Amino acid sequence: MSTHADPDISARSDRVAAPVRVTRDGAGWAISGALHIRNLSEAAAELRQLEGVGDTQLDMAQLGHLDTAGAYLLHKLRARIAASGAQLDFSNLQADHQALIDRVGAAMPQPDAVQAPRASVTDVLEGLGRKVAGAGMFLVELVAMLGLFLARLAYLLRRPSEFRLTALVHHCDQVGWKAVPIVALMGFLIGVVLAFQGSVQLRQFGAEIFVVDLIAISILRELGILLTAIIVAGRTASSFTAAIGSMKMREEIDAMRTLAIDPATALFVPRILALLITLPILGAIANVMGLFGGAMMAWIELGISPGMFMTRLLEDTSVDHVLVGFVKAPVFAMIIGVIGCHAGMQVGGNAESLGAQTSAAVVRAIFMVIVADALFSVFFAIMGI
Amino acid sequence: MARDVVIALRGLRNQFGATVVHDNLDLDVYRGEVVGVVGGSGTGKSVLLRCIAGLRPPQGGRIEIFGQDALNCSEAERRAIDQRMGVMFQDGALFSSLTVRENVEVPMRTLQGLDAGMRRELADLKISMSGLPYAAGDKYPSELSGGMRKRAGLARALALDPEIVFLDEPTAGLDPIGASAFDELIRALSETLGLTVFLVTHDLDTLHATCDRIAVLAEKRVLYTGTMADMLTIEHPWVHEYFHGPRARAAVETQERTG
Repeated sequence: MSTHADPDISARSDRVAAPVRVTRDGAGWAISGALHIRNLSEAAAELRQLEGVGDTQLDMAQLGHLDTAGAYLLHKLRARIAASGAQLDFSNLQADHQALIDRVGAAMPQPDAVQAPRASVTDVLEGLGRKVAGAGMFLVELVAMLGLFLARLAYLLRRPSEFRLTALVHHCDQVGWKAVPIVALMGFLIGVVLAFQGSVQLRQFGAEIFVVDLIAISILRELGILLTAIIVAGRTASSFTAAIGSMKMREEIDAMRTLAIDPATALFVPRILALLITLPILGAIANVMGLFGGAMMAWIELGISPGMFMTRLLEDTSVDHVLVGFVKAPVFAMIIGVIGCHAGMQVGGNAESLGAQTSAAVVRAIFMVIVADALFSVFFAIMGI
Repeated sequence: MARDVVIALRGLRNQFGATVVHDNLDLDVYRGEVVGVVGGSGTGKSVLLRCIAGLRPPQGGRIEIFGQDALNCSEAERRAIDQRMGVMFQDGALFSSLTVRENVEVPMRTLQGLDAGMRRELADLKISMSGLPYAAGDKYPSELSGGMRKRAGLARALALDPEIVFLDEPTAGLDPIGASAFDELIRALSETLGLTVFLVTHDLDTLHATCDRIAVLAEKRVLYTGTMADMLTIEHPWVHEYFHGPRARAAVETQERTG
């Protein structure tokens, strides 16, 4: 440390900027200049001269600024020379350099014995087995979360006074009302696309009027509710995970438990219930907007008037299609809600796991919704509905 | 002996909306000393630290660091100043996606001519100098206790051998043994590395054990500076209450017992 009268800023920068030199000095060697983290490689090159010359001395009187990195380098050099059977002594050390070198010497890192990484066939198999078991456990956990939700819901039905109506309304607003514009626009555009693509193909057979059946069946039965569920999965599963996950991260969930508030009752039930209520409504909005978009496109592209569209729709499309579509809505809502809440509870102590779980929740929710839709299709085909 | 001023604050003003936190605040920090800033909650201790560290521009006044105007300088000059300072945040503020060793290596990556092997060895050295076991280098911040995270934060702050280190509540949230070990660490590092330490604390034991000089923030400025002994003679009601309260007496007694 400098104790010069000030201003020693420039004096100090000279001390730092001075190039490091190791030169022969009588019987031993002398080092001059500064030795610190910014000129470490030059210093290492200079100091290499001392290796392989046997027992020697390094005169440190002319050494300027020295920092921990420089002191570390000197220690390493002395250790290497000692390992080769010779000895290096530092002479004429300044007091502050001595203190620094001692301090660094006391703190030299002692690596623990390193375990050689092994990768054999059994390790690969073990990894595979762990993944399979993990996937199985994940499904079990999802079922457990579903069971927890149903149990708490049944409990709340018996004791309605404990039900959090405000929370439910809030989540209905977040999950349902705020999603109306995007779901409506999506439904409208799907109707437009179907009518447009359908008319191009059907016109070849002179069967333009069947575009009504095409639009009605595909939207009411499949696309309306499926695409709504996918959009809601993207919006809502992520927000459930983020909200519950950040509470988990800040130990708010633990705080709730200690205050005798059940997280499942307070957090999961209102959220999943809000989805159960609003997803069918959003699906209905998507259906109506899809039919509206399809009718508009059919009118513009094929000259099918809205009146004719309506008549054809009422006469030829069974109401079964609508019911088949709506039966799926609560299942999709459960999938999205359970996956979103479950992922939120998996968040660990750091922000990184929050991000990872949020994106995982969206991917899983969309994937599971599509899997469930496929299972429904198979089921309805077998049942002949 | 004329002492070398490394940080000079003149007429500093900080406000949030209509709330004035600092007004006409003056403070000098000398090379090689450990300065502790104390003050009641909301007196802007951390704001002051953030101002000097360049994280928050003040609404008025001058900040000189190493004799350079830190508020009206080019970005390159500011970066040069920043490289000579290190900050330890309250909870370490370690990058959560990196291991402790990688965290300590981050500031070193800005230096050219430092190869990866050497960087790693130096990071291990800093980790060890901060009093962490070798194995801590491979851990992620979330796997460490609060005290270890603080030490790792200190290791990162010291990575480039800065001349000034800022410590924000270095002992908050530590158990008494861990806290006094941290106090000793700060003291030892400031002595052997010639560090200037600027610390913000509520911990009277830390003030006793580490600080050469104490600056009291009150009435929107640095009301008094002086040694611990000076503080005990000040008649200002808040200062008197602070340094003569039951906790303060306990701290003094501990200090006298341990010498």
